[in-house]
Formats: sequence, C-alpha cells, structure tokens
Amino acid sequence: MENLLNIFIKSIFVDNMIFAFFLGMCSYLAVSKTVRTSIGLGVAVIFVLFITVPVNFLLEKYLLKKGALVWLGESFADVDLSFLTFMVFIAVIAAMTQLVEMIVEKFSPALYNSLGIFLPLIAVNCAILGASLFMQEREYANIAEATVFGVGSGVGWLLAIVGIAAIREKLRYSNVPDPLKGLGITFILTGLMAIAFMGFMGITI
Amino acid sequence: MNDQEKEPIFSAKNFKLLTGPLNQNNPITVQVLGICSALAVTVKLKPALVMALSVTIVVAISNVVIAALREYIPSRIRIIIQLVVIATLVILVDQILKAYAFDVSKQLSVFVGLIITNCIIMGRLEAFAMANKPWPSFLDGLGNGAGYGILLIVVAFLRELLGSGTIYGYPVLEKAGIYSAGYENNGLMILPPMALIVVGLIIWVQRSRNKSLIENK
Repeated sequence: MENLLNIFIKSIFVDNMIFAFFLGMCSYLAVSKTVRTSIGLGVAVIFVLFITVPVNFLLEKYLLKKGALVWLGESFADVDLSFLTFMVFIAVIAAMTQLVEMIVEKFSPALYNSLGIFLPLIAVNCAILGASLFMQEREYANIAEATVFGVGSGVGWLLAIVGIAAIREKLRYSNVPDPLKGLGITFILTGLMAIAFMGFMGITI
Repeated sequence: MNDQEKEPIFSAKNFKLLTGPLNQNNPITVQVLGICSALAVTVKLKPALVMALSVTIVVAISNVVIAALREYIPSRIRIIIQLVVIATLVILVDQILKAYAFDVSKQLSVFVGLIITNCIIMGRLEAFAMANKPWPSFLDGLGNGAGYGILLIVVAFLRELLGSGTIYGYPVLEKAGIYSAGYENNGLMILPPMALIVVGLIIWVQRSRNKSLIENK
C-alpha cells in the first residue's frame, strides 16, 4: 500500500509529465486559455490514462515481452515481439479513445458535451503514449502499480494545465513586452512553474 | 531521376517549401507543433542531433508515403492510416538506432517512440501531404524536420555549453582556460525547466526581429 502511495505521489509531483518530461505540450499550450476547458481536458486525460496504461501493461506482459507468449505453450518461450510495442500501444490508445468517447456519449451526455472535441484529440496526446512507454521502461511489478502510475501521471498533467490556465487568465491584465506575448511568455511561465516543482524532487513516503 | 529533371525540381515555390520552416514558419516557434518530446533531449548536443535527424527522416518519408496514397485514403479512417505509416517508420528508426548507436538510443529512451505522437508529423500530414504531390511533400517534410532540428540544436548547444562546459562532448571551456579564471558551470541549465525558458527567450528574439509574428491579444 505504501509502495502504491509512493508511486502515486512521485508520478504527480516528481516525474510530472509536463514539467519533467515535456509530454503533452501541444494540447497543453493550445487548450490552456481558460480554466474551464482545461479542467475538462485534464479529466479526460486522467480517464484515458486510467484505462490505457493497465491495458498496455497486460499486453506487454502477456503478448510483447520476450517469453511473454509462454502461456500458449512451451514452444513460444523464445518469441520476442517487443519490436511491435509502438504499433500495439498506439493502436490500443486510438481504440480506447474511441471506446471511451462512445461510452461517455451513451452514459453521460452532459460530460460528453462539455469535453467536446478534446476527447478524440487525446489519441495523439504524447502524454498518453509517453505514460505507456514509461510504464514499460520502469517495469512496474503488477497491474495495481501500473494503474496507480497512470492515474498519477494524469493528475499531474491536470494540475499543470489548470495552473497555467489560471495564470494565463490573470496575464491578460499585465503588461508583457509585445514579442513575448502569447507563446513566449507561456514557455517562460511553464519553466518557472517547473522550477517550483523541482522542489519536490527526492521526496519519498 | 531522369523524369524529374524535366520539371524544375527547385522552382521558387519548392525552394520556399524547404526554407520557409527554417525561420518564418518554424514548426516549433511559429506553428507550435512538436514541442512534446523535443525539449527533453536537449541536455547534450549529441542526442539532440540524433533526435533531429530521426524526426526529419520520419517526417519526410511519411509525407511522401501519405502524399502518394492520398487519393486512396478514405477520410474517415485517415488518422489511423497515418498512425500506422508513422508507427512503422518509427519502429524502423528505433531498430536502426538500437543496432548502430546503442548508447544514444539508451539516452533517448522513450522519446524515440514518442516521435509517433509528435504533432509535427501528424500536423504536416494533415496540413500538407493530404493535399499535395509527393515531391513537394518531401521538401515540406525535409524543411519542417530541419526547422525543428535547428531549434533543437540551438537549445542543446546553449544548454550543453553553459551547463556542462562542453560542445559535443569536447571540453571547450576547460581548454580555453576559463575555469582557472573562476568560472563555474551553471548547473541549472541541465535541469528540465531551463529548456522551456531557453525556448521562450529564443521566441522572444525571433519575434522582436520579425514583427509580423507578434501575437496580438
């Protein structure tokens, strides 16, 4: 239990998707103009990560890894499909996004309408594929750890995008030099936020 | 190559496709594409170069493939087809890097795989290759890859020089005798946040030299 909590905290603050690895920057920059839409997108990202990371974990364990196909029979013990990783992961992500979109539309039309265009766009959000690849690289021991890592990464992403959206809303009233307006100042602000997040480095529970 | 020589390969329009993205229409600072996975590899010059090269190759080839197939792709499933083409190319790049440049491949870790979701590639496929012939698409891919690469290399150059005091692994500052004059490396430059701030400053410089790029909000 302690281990899970540790992974959760670590994936939110220390290994934050945006501040430590710059993943999901495209939608982070494009959608962070108002707090309301950024919360919607953040929640959708958490949701998709919550589903794709465990699914990819199972695929990695029972299909892709060297010797993973051993459950089919002893003769498969040498099969190594890991070169297919990217293809399988991206297919799972695209399919899951589609599925999540249909489920949300069916059972919660209100949420569906508020998320709008952002749901399908998540398929090409680097944070999603990035989380799956990090999950593979860090070799989490079981599905609970992988799930917790996925959700934690999503929460970290939500924190980052809501934070920058709030700052950008206030920024309208401040006097930024012309060439720095828009993109430039957003980059520098993100950098400053990232420096603040560096303060969490090395925490363990 | 014979049939291509008949038409002007580098007509003015095609030339612009190649050079536009280097400055006026830079994918990172102007089109705001492909920042994901770009900045994390800029601590040292070498991984940044490899990353720039890989992305350029993938953009150029996938642009050509999609441009050649553009009449046969149903628009409803085009995203999936694009993803399959990109993923195949990225797998190739990944395997080649693992075979011939293993240490760099280890440094880049997941970021090679993340080329798949690099918005530059999807963006150029959607915006250009779906509506143009293979040859202009190839140039467009090369140009955008190079524009991305230049920014990556500038950022990596500054971060490596100021953070580690080396250029491409060669200890320039030590040889120049600057340390004995009391200079010390700025450790902050190696940390991730500085990549963002350096890009922000580059955007500032670029936009103050080129007023037409300024956003009015």
